[in-house]
Formats: sequence, structure tokens, C-alpha cells
Amino acid sequence: MQQNVADPFSSYRPGPYFCELTTDRPGDGGVPAAVRARIGAIGLPALRARAAAAEHDLINLGITFTVYTEANAIDRILPFDCIPRILTAAEWRVLEAGVKQRVAALNAFLHDIYHGRRIVKEGVIPAELVFGNPNYRPEMEDFPVRFGTYVHICGTDIVRDREGRFLVLEDNARTPSGVSYVVENRHLMSRTFPDLMAGTRLRPVDDYGLRLLEAMVEIAPAGVDEPRVVLLSPGIYNSAYFEHVFLAREMGVPLVEGADLFVEHDKVWMSTTGGRRPVHTIYRRLGDDFLDPTVFRPESLLGVPGLIGAWRRGNVALANAVGTGVADDKAVYAYMPRIIRFYLDEDPILANVETHICREKEGLAYTLDRLAELVVKPVGESGGYGITIGPRASRAELEHARAALLADPSNWISQPVVSLSVAPTLTDDGIRPRHLDLRPYAVTGRNTWVLPGGLSRVALKEGSLVVNSSQGGGSKDTWVLADDAPMAEVQP
Amino acid sequence: MSRELSLLARYAENMFWMARYVERVENMARLVDVTQTFESPGREAVSWFALIRINADEEGFAKRGLAPTAEAVKRFYLLDGDNPTSVPASLEAARTNARTLRPLISTEMWSQINVFHRAMTAIDERELQGDRLSRLCARIKEGVQTHTGITEGTLFRDQGWLFYQLGRLIERADQTTRLLDIRYHLLVPTGSGEELRVAELTQWGGVLRAAAGYHAFRRVAPPGFTPSDVVRFLLADTHFPRSVALCVEQIEWFLGRLRSRWGLRGTVAALERVEELRAGLLGRPVETIIADGLHFFLDGVQRDLILLAGEIGTAFFRDWRPLADTAQTQGQTQG
Repeated sequence: MQQNVADPFSSYRPGPYFCELTTDRPGDGGVPAAVRARIGAIGLPALRARAAAAEHDLINLGITFTVYTEANAIDRILPFDCIPRILTAAEWRVLEAGVKQRVAALNAFLHDIYHGRRIVKEGVIPAELVFGNPNYRPEMEDFPVRFGTYVHICGTDIVRDREGRFLVLEDNARTPSGVSYVVENRHLMSRTFPDLMAGTRLRPVDDYGLRLLEAMVEIAPAGVDEPRVVLLSPGIYNSAYFEHVFLAREMGVPLVEGADLFVEHDKVWMSTTGGRRPVHTIYRRLGDDFLDPTVFRPESLLGVPGLIGAWRRGNVALANAVGTGVADDKAVYAYMPRIIRFYLDEDPILANVETHICREKEGLAYTLDRLAELVVKPVGESGGYGITIGPRASRAELEHARAALLADPSNWISQPVVSLSVAPTLTDDGIRPRHLDLRPYAVTGRNTWVLPGGLSRVALKEGSLVVNSSQGGGSKDTWVLADDAPMAEVQP
Repeated sequence: MSRELSLLARYAENMFWMARYVERVENMARLVDVTQTFESPGREAVSWFALIRINADEEGFAKRGLAPTAEAVKRFYLLDGDNPTSVPASLEAARTNARTLRPLISTEMWSQINVFHRAMTAIDERELQGDRLSRLCARIKEGVQTHTGITEGTLFRDQGWLFYQLGRLIERADQTTRLLDIRYHLLVPTGSGEELRVAELTQWGGVLRAAAGYHAFRRVAPPGFTPSDVVRFLLADTHFPRSVALCVEQIEWFLGRLRSRWGLRGTVAALERVEELRAGLLGRPVETIIADGLHFFLDGVQRDLILLAGEIGTAFFRDWRPLADTAQTQGQTQG
């Protein structure tokens, strides 16, 4: 019927970047080509109409996050781009092994710094970087956690360079968010674009809740027959509230707020219509600071007075454990390859973005030499503050950065500008390349399981490298091909 | 793995209030609708201001510095999100409760209330005019009825469902007393003899229609029915879904379920209130109630319903932990 519709990919030019749908990869089994052909057959107008309907669904279903401005709260959807991002089975094997390795190293590191401190004693990482870190929690010292697991839920931010190499940009070892979109995007995709996926075997994503619940049950205090798990949320005004609802529902556990819980004789209880009920594992989506006003921020009303005491008594498990923030710090990140080698005696499967540690002489010299080519980041800040992007900085800005570096080298790291990979994305101008990243989610109780794929966040603005949802980022459904030679006989 | 179906006290409270707010929206539409039909040319302002009195909103209305015109009253109830008794405000509160309850309610329930809320916060001023108002009221009622239907068909029938029903029925009983009360606040028709009788019956017919009870009433009413038959129907009929007595009977049943099925103690005080309510409603002839003053009787029923809600709250919502600070006052502020 629409045979004469122009191929929307005919004007697609990914430029010098690795493209997630058009760059040839071994083992893709023709799936990307088939998807391109199917999108071509649907045609731009129909594609747009369906994409709009999909976003409409998201609003009606309230799959939103909340952006707070001074005046009001606005429920926004995470814009959904309907062209999937595809990972081959082989690529996923690398990512999965790499994420598992990283989580193992993070947990080993946390155990060590809160116990024997071997890594510091052996001079692999400077003491002040660990013990002077504001996220280091003395309360954790010599405190045992089950299976040595501190980071039960980990989100690893990964990008791809021009050669298609995966590089870890950041570890999120506190309360990483976004996993609900992975599952919801897949639901949305199969509702709205069943024809794009037809005949392709993908790794499923909808058992995340079950896996998470299993892990939460595993880490409950030993000796509890039927551990009761809850998800602790700051409440409906939190921007990630939808995700909290999603996870509580997927696990089938109560979504509680601090005021629903109380501690008596070092045990945690929740208040129900039928009286108190014991609580054994808390998947908390509150930062450390807010957990217990008697230990941390006294003015916080979000937490549960006495919770840390109950935890230290071993009567309740917390996921993630307190004090994991020291491991996903930017300065510690720079040491991750060494941390992996130190504990696991293995080479990192996933490389870091090349990072120069300015507290080290060679790192500082290298950085000062190539200031105009590098991204210089302060280690203590988050949210992009204090970053100088060499190629885009003025001479004065570069001089300012040089002065700051020389004044306090240990506060800085530098990295090359990474050319993030792109993926075809539906825009007002047609299908255009947009940069994206990938955040796989790892769940660890006794063992680590990684949700196949993860969240692909895409920078919707042309040329932008910022994928954050608060700054115009969107997301894509992320497919992991189940087979090494898929689709042998599938028609486009 | 523990899979006992306990219910957070906070969720019970949210269920109760979500249902109340939604029910309130439907009844507001019914009240507006009947007011519209009573509007007599030249006396519109008086008719519409009756609505303010029925809802005991004199203060809130005056605070806005509004003149008591038909327009102002309609806007107050249909457009003004800052007026806590308005349709948009009730829906906002219902949606906030629903949002909190998302782990418990079905996706379909949430989605409908979300979309309905959006539509009702965007009511166009022009929809308040002339015959469009009645259609707007129909749309509001349908929105609530859709909610009710989806809830009936999808809400998990654990304790949460019982608290939902309790909230809904208490609100409905309260609203029926307000609908009945409208007659007290409205101008009594003038004239005499047969003319007056017909004029009065026309008004009562309007009340019945607003309660969706006109046809049912005709089935049970004696041939030469009088206004007291209408009052009896709305107060004491045991088959009409909006009659106060039927609501009270169902409240008793749902309270009983909390105890028998879910083992919740603490229903005793609430059941005593129910007992008093029933005695008040069915204990004496409607003619006597009317002779003693219907308006004051209805006021008494409304007070008893408030006390009943209070007993349920005390037993299941509010005493669940010491209120050490002001952070946890949501329960107290819903109303």
C-alpha cells in the first residue's frame, strides 16, 4: 500500500561515530538490517503516529517522573524513542561478565575498607581518598553483611567509543534508578511495535522483580523463616516515585514510608491495620543521610529512628548497605582497574574511560600538557559542576583550570573526550543519529545476576552528550539477542 | 517467603479517602445538576447559593470575596481547584491518594483516575453555560461511574477493598442527606391547593432524579404519594443504593467483614455508631422526623457519620504510631 514511501534511513548519516543500528557487527544475524527494513516499511508518518500514541500511553499510565520547579511539580514522561537499540548475544556476554566483575570488585573493596584495609596498607589507593571521603561511614567498620554483599543493586554507566569498544563511565552503587523504564519500555514496545520484534528472540526483562525479591530474601537476617521484605520510599513527592511503585509491585511487597516503620528493642516493625508486623529486609530508596535521624541527619523526617541500631544488631538487612557511596566516587573510579586487579587478580573486562589521576605526578604532567584536549573533573563534585571540557573551553577557562589543578592536584582527574556511539532516533527532521549510553543493572544477593540489556538513555538534542532525563534525555528499548545466529529465516 | 495479606494502616486510610473523594465528585455533579433544574428565572442567585449552604461553604465562599451569583457558585464548585470542596480539588485529592495506593490498585484504576483528573482540571468555562452544564455533570458522573466499575471489576478484594467500601458508603450517605437538605434551603413554592402540591412534587421529582431514584421511587411509592414518601425513600428505603439506611446497612456488613474475615478487632466502637444511626433512621416514622424538622435531623445524621468515620480512623488509621511530629498529619488534613 505504501510502497512508494521513501526509505527513512536513506538520509541517515551517523558520521564518524559507532552506530548501534547501522555499523556492521559480527553475530547480529541480520536483525538490525531487518529492523531497518521494517521501519522503512512502516514509513515515517505511521512511525510518528505510533510513537505519539506510545507516549500518550505513558502519560495515561502515569509512568512519569516529577520535575520540581520553584512554582510547581510537573509530571514528565521519560521520552521514549521507538527505534530499539540492539546488542548481540556476544556483546552481551562481554557486558554481563564485565558488570559482574565490577560488582565483585566493588563489594570486595567495600568489605576491605571497612575491615582490614589491606588495599590502603599496600598503597594501592591513598588513605585520604577512602577515609576522607564524605561517603565513608565509620558506622560500617567491622560490621558483617551477608555474603559480603554491600552493593545489592548496581547500575553501571557504560558508553561506546568510535571503535565500538565498551567503556565504563561511572558506577552507581548507592540507589541507582531507571530500571523500571527498562521493563516498561519493553511492554510499550511490544504493545505499540509488535511488528518490529516479530520473529526475533530476545532475552526477556520482566523477571527483574522476581530476581530482586530473591536477593532481598537471601540477604535477610539468618534464621528468619519467612523474611518480610519492604521497599522504603521517600513518598509520592519523590521524583522516582513511579519506580518505587513499580518495584514494590513487581516484588509484591509493601511500599512503605519511614512513618510506616518503627523500631522497638532493636527490631523493625511496620504498622498495619491488624497491628505491628516484623520487617526483615528493607530495599531502601533513601540516601544514607536520611535513613535514621538518630544517627545521620537529625532533621530528616523520611527515615526511621533507631533503624541503624536495629541493623547493627543484625535484625534487619538494608539494600544497599550503608556506606557504599565511597565506592562509586569519581576519585575511586579512577582506581577501579587497579582495584579489580588487586582483589580478583584479573584484568578488567570492561575498561574505564582512560583516566589520569592528577594527584599522581605523571597524571598531572599529562593533564597539564594536553589541557585543551581533555575533560578535567573535580573528584568531590557531582552533577557536572566544575568540569572543564578542553576542546570547548576558552583560553581564559583553560588558564583558570590550570591554576586550579596546580593549586590542588589531588582534587582533579582528567579524561579524553569520548565520542559516544549514536543510534538512529526519530526526530522532527526524520531519523537522525543521537548519542546514547547504557546502564545495565546488577542484582546481588548470594550471587550476581545482570538484567539483560539495561537502560539506554539517549540525548535527544543534536550533538548533545548529556543523556540525563532532567536535561532532555530520552530512552530506548534495549534488545539483547538471545541467539548467536538469530533470524536465519525471518523476513524483513 | 511471607505472603500474609496484611495492610499498612496508611494504605487503609488512603483507600478510605480515595473512595470518599471520588464519591464526593459524583454527588457534587448531582447537586449541581439538580440546582440547575431548580433555577427559577430571576431567582438564579438564590437557587445557586443554596448549594453553598448545603455544603456549609459560606465561609470559604465569602473569603474569596465573591458575589453570590450563579456564575460564581458554578465556578466555585467546578473550576476552582483552590476550593477544597470543588470537583477539581476532590479529584486532585482522590488522585493523590490513588498515587500513594499505586502498589495496590490496578493499573486500569490508576490510569482512569489519572486521565479523569486531567480532564476535570481542564474544564472549560463555557461548559458551565446553559444546557452544556447538564452535559458536563453527566460527564463527571460517568467518570466516577467508570471508576466505580473498574474498581468493582479489578480491585483486589482484601482489607483494602473493605476500607474503600466504607469510605464510599459513608460519603454517599452523607451526600444523600445533603441532597435531601436542598429542599430545605430552596424556595418553597408558593400558591395553594393542587397547584402547590404539584409544584412541590415537581421539586421532589427533581431531587429524586438527581439521586437517580426517580423510577425506582415510582415503583415503590403509593399512588397518591406525598413529599414524605420521597423523604422516606431517600432516607429509609432498604433497596435503593443511595438511601441512607441502605448505606448504613452495608457499612455494618463491611465492618463485620473486617472482623470476621480479617480478624481486626477495634470495630466495636464503629459498630455502636452504626447502631445509633440505624435507630435514628428507622426508629420513628418519617412524618415525625419531618414534623420535628428535617433539616435538623439531617444535620444530626451528618454528625453521626463524622463520628463513625472518626471511630474507624481511630481504630485503624490514626493510633498506629505516636504522632511525634507534624510530618504525618495527612490523615488529619483529609476531610
